[in-house]
Amino acid sequence: MPKITYIEHNEKTHTVDVPNDLTVMEGAVQNNIPGIDADCGGACACATCHVYVDEKWFDKIEKKGDAEQDMLDMAFEPNKFSRLSCQISISDELDGLVVKMPSKQA
Amino acid sequence: MIKTDALVIGAGPVGLFAVQQLGLIGLKAELVDNLDKIGGQCIELYPDKPIYDIPALPECTGESLTNNLLEQIKPFKPNFHLNERVQEISKENNNWKIVTSGKKIFLAPNIIIAAGVGSFEPRKFLVKEAEKFENNGVFYSIKDKTYFKNKKVCIFGGGDSALDWAIELSKFSEVTLVHRREEFRGAEHSASVARELEKEGKLKIKTPFQIKSIEGDKKISGITISTEDGKIEKIDTDYVLGFFGLIMKLGPIAEWGLNIEKKTIPVNTENFQTNKEGIFAIGDICTYPGKLKLILSGFHEGALAARACFKLARPNEKYRFEFTTTSKKMQERLGVKKGD
Repeated sequence: MPKITYIEHNEKTHTVDVPNDLTVMEGAVQNNIPGIDADCGGACACATCHVYVDEKWFDKIEKKGDAEQDMLDMAFEPNKFSRLSCQISISDELDGLVVKMPSKQA
Repeated sequence: MIKTDALVIGAGPVGLFAVQQLGLIGLKAELVDNLDKIGGQCIELYPDKPIYDIPALPECTGESLTNNLLEQIKPFKPNFHLNERVQEISKENNNWKIVTSGKKIFLAPNIIIAAGVGSFEPRKFLVKEAEKFENNGVFYSIKDKTYFKNKKVCIFGGGDSALDWAIELSKFSEVTLVHRREEFRGAEHSASVARELEKEGKLKIKTPFQIKSIEGDKKISGITISTEDGKIEKIDTDYVLGFFGLIMKLGPIAEWGLNIEKKTIPVNTENFQTNKEGIFAIGDICTYPGKLKLILSGFHEGALAARACFKLARPNEKYRFEFTTTSKKMQERLGVKKGD
């Protein structure tokens, strides 16, 4: 099962196994990892599951769609490595993925 | 003071359907919602997105679902209290006394919380000076545009609100539109109008910039904006407007003594009552073992909560289960009673 590492803003690190086809957001929520709110439940409609993808991983993830790009305008302090974690599906290729949470979601 | 059988908090699909279920069994409802329109997340977040899992509706949109529900509850003539957030509740004999942000007061034996993820509020600037200047130079909505006449105004955001207000205010104010990336997500037409105004020198556009700080003592004197690469610019301005859409916040609900688990309210699945008698929670805001955050689950939850409301609203009457296909009473309430 792919291992995903979530780093909280205070550097607290959580590495958990997340089954394929779940999203990075679901991996955090199901493991009670703080820092990802996901208010809309994964509909790409709220920008409260915003993460910064580790630089080394950013290009390995499927590119973001227009809806996500638009929604990222609403995120707190987005940068070029910003993604909405509900839009990243876990697969074997993402084993070892590292994402960092912003200091707040909203 | 408004007396009613049930006060429904939240005019999303689940709150609307609860009104239908209450109406069928003869209970009157009042609806309160913090948004300025009916439909909740369906209207605010995804009016055009298709929904495929509403029973017997192969495909609909957030908007059409809302319109259909409104049609369905028309016979019950519910009153909507929009732009109102429920602030406080307190027990008064057998009733709950409910006070809204607009100081409306309701008295009802039942409260049904169908508030989704909470109330929608404007997403705010996160620089620390923004709070100090809020409503004194920093705004998230415009009530009277003439307030900005002949002033310097910086507008942040890339959606329709930001574009539309930038275009509108540029007619009589000195406007700078700031957005974090080159593309605007608002209507293409508005974006091209804005670019045209920029060429004519009637509007300044700064991209890809974000706010860094707001300067000023008693009032705003200017702001500093920066790019991701660290390029910094200063802009003299009188007002700063942010249009970043809305965010959902649980808000005052958290202070009513209800059990709260991860921003949701645990309920008894027999009647969707919370830990307080006469307060029910349905839809996304409630939780119980096996809870699914689907609109269809909310409909079921509302049907059961409505029956439980009956007991408290009509303590001396006996509730009788009936079908709309055959119940004359229900058909009368629906306004569809056919002659025998």
